[in-house]
Amino acid sequence: MENRSIVSIADYGKEKIQYLLDMAAEFEAHPNRQILKGKVVATLFFEPSTRTRLSFETAANRLGARVIGFTDPKVTSSSKGETLKDTIKMVSNYADVIVMRHKLEGAALYASEVTNVPIINAGDGSNLHPSQTMLDLYSIYKTQGTLENLNIYMVGDLKYGRTVHSLLMSMRKYNPTFHFIAPKELEMPEEYKLYCKQNNINYIEQQDFTEDTIADADILYMTRVQRERFTDLMEYERVKDAYILKTNMLGKCKENMKILHPLPRVNEIEYDVDESQHAYYFDQAQNGLYAREALICDVLGITLDQIKNDNTIIG
Amino acid sequence: MEQNKENMMVAALENGSVIDHIPTNKLFTIVQLLDLEKFKEEVVIANNLKSQVMGKKGLIKISGKFFSEAEISKLAVVCPNIRLTVIKDYEVKEKREVTLPEKLTNIVKCANPVCITNNEPMKTVFYRKDMETLKCRYCGKEQKLKDIKLK
Ligand SMILES: [Zn+2]
Repeated sequence: MENRSIVSIADYGKEKIQYLLDMAAEFEAHPNRQILKGKVVATLFFEPSTRTRLSFETAANRLGARVIGFTDPKVTSSSKGETLKDTIKMVSNYADVIVMRHKLEGAALYASEVTNVPIINAGDGSNLHPSQTMLDLYSIYKTQGTLENLNIYMVGDLKYGRTVHSLLMSMRKYNPTFHFIAPKELEMPEEYKLYCKQNNINYIEQQDFTEDTIADADILYMTRVQRERFTDLMEYERVKDAYILKTNMLGKCKENMKILHPLPRVNEIEYDVDESQHAYYFDQAQNGLYAREALICDVLGITLDQIKNDNTIIG
Repeated sequence: MEQNKENMMVAALENGSVIDHIPTNKLFTIVQLLDLEKFKEEVVIANNLKSQVMGKKGLIKISGKFFSEAEISKLAVVCPNIRLTVIKDYEVKEKREVTLPEKLTNIVKCANPVCITNNEPMKTVFYRKDMETLKCRYCGKEQKLKDIKLK
């Protein structure tokens, strides 16, 4: 049997990405359905992430599925030494799809190898987080009307921010120009710059974050600059305010420019920016619902055609 | 002359394996890896033999020993580009240059402590990226051959 798991979307081609974007658009038009009636979706959060879990569970519920799962590893047997394999095998007897998050890298791929039930990777360590990438792509597509030839500015922690790494890889076929704006200690790792070179992706690195440096952006992708990421706390004190987006920096930006952020934010976007027409991070989070509805249906083998001709739509 | 001497050593073996073209600094690593100290049959370990290609080299001759593919993979990781000769009834049955395979299953350990393979009773899988670099199937981290630890 073909394993329909989604562990990574980094190597998806344009066609498959477009297919999933079209699917997400259908769900945005009609988010409430009974297309998954009788199905059970398991959400196994070996590592807690309330936001991601709520989004997946909402997606499953709005499609008529039932949800089982756990979120705290302390209440399950994994703290008693049960292996990941055994837990996955056990849950496979109950569920039609398993959404999992784990702190160890490669956990989702391994899980997909020990079961026939499709796995959706909701994040494994610092490794991959395809549903976040999918909702980022959907947000970009929706606001720009295309994924092609965009100026994408990534700001803040580009070293540890896995969302920017996945986004970078999944955009490779769309001829983007990336601008990496980060403090020295948190700059884009060498392996991703090498990836850009190997895939002919244009990128520009800079440390200045000003009204002028972002004037040309189509997408401004903000991330958190966290104190604990710095080895040199003096350096943190010096740069912590340099990567905060303020309303007065938006004077020269393009009409179509949108600000994205994977949330939660700390202080890297000032609250009055929320009022700006460029602020998009809350809509982005909402898009996560449609993107996740699409991912759940895709792993269950439900096609775009079926979703377009779905007679279980509630409203 | 050198060639003859070597042939004599190989020819003297009735059944078994000869590992040749071992870099002199790797000889005892291989002796350890194969646990030859505990081996009961005849073993010849030679080092600093003259070699036209390598200058000096090591050689190991093991009576009654035929390597599994897993053992050969381990040898290839520790010491790429050795030559393995299999002898049966005093005749050379097989002679091969052992190089790093494209895929290594359960041979090496991932250096990434938060990789699932280091926290779950499971087999590791590595892919050869180039002759000096392996890539973990699970965490995707690349590691240099010279730093690699066997499982
Ligand atoms: Zn690994």
